[in-house]
Amino acid sequence: MAKIKGAVVVDINRCKGCDLCVDACPVDVLALEPKEVNDKGYHYAYMAKEQGCIGCASCGYVCPDGCITVYKVKVD
Amino acid sequence: MDIKDIIKPENLVYAKPRLMNDNPMHYCPGCSHGVVHKLAAEVIDEMGMEDKTIGVAPVGCAVFAYNYIDIDWQEAAHGRAPAIATAIKRLNPDKMVFTYQGDGDLAAIGTAETIHACNRGENIVIIFINNGIYGMTGGQMAPTTLEGMKTATCPHGRSTELYGYPLKISDLIAQLDGACYVTRQSVQTAAAVKKAKKALRKAFENSMAKKGTSVVEIVSSCNTGWKMNPVAANQWMAEHMFAKYPLGDLKDI
Repeated sequence: MAKIKGAVVVDINRCKGCDLCVDACPVDVLALEPKEVNDKGYHYAYMAKEQGCIGCASCGYVCPDGCITVYKVKVD
Repeated sequence: MDIKDIIKPENLVYAKPRLMNDNPMHYCPGCSHGVVHKLAAEVIDEMGMEDKTIGVAPVGCAVFAYNYIDIDWQEAAHGRAPAIATAIKRLNPDKMVFTYQGDGDLAAIGTAETIHACNRGENIVIIFINNGIYGMTGGQMAPTTLEGMKTATCPHGRSTELYGYPLKISDLIAQLDGACYVTRQSVQTAAAVKKAKKALRKAFENSMAKKGTSVVEIVSSCNTGWKMNPVAANQWMAEHMFAKYPLGDLKDI
């Protein structure tokens, strides 16, 4: 069965740490960086679990600042 | 499979719209404005109207909208965006003209311009962001503020006895013969964003087909003005705002 694997790339310095992508993620792959901050001082979003992403792009759709790029592949 | 093997241009499924430039947006974290900007940029790009679109920016939080989407813009005086858009569209009928307004701009100071532009059936699109508060000036009561909702100028909650009732201006516009499409959408989930995008596309197509005025109301959150975090504000919006401002098409001819 073909399995879908996704990856999320966050434009760290554009991110404002609003948490909406984390809330929208159906597989809880995203999280806000607990310690590190970006140039603006926000705890930016990142892929906390690299393996679980299904590439659904829900995070991208709800991101108000357009910092998210989503990729996905089918793995046989 | 390593994550680096997935991140390749051929596997791309979602990215920042091409027409949205790299200027960092001044909006508060989690503000719905950013999502609507993205949708407008995507729809204009998909329609291939990049060089033929003129936006009219309002006064309010979205006053700097012209900094973020790479099309032609005109800034209007407070509430006068539909009047400016009328002139632009009449002088340039081949251009796609839209206004982008908040509830203070469209439903308070600009009520007359909005109603009359819709009544004349100008072939423009009005994108109306309804977050029930004056966000830019610090969270004062707007005409669309819900009954009982606390703001800086009604700290005990909006009393209908003192301030009247929340203004459902899209319902008023739907009564006008000049308006061809009036819809109310939201952008708090991925599914809602996709629906809102379809509505925007339809509105832009109506304006080019000379069908009349299209109004797309986006029920939005203002987490700073509502004094909540962005996720809680979206939940509060779904629970309270949608009861007064139910989503869906109000008019579609």
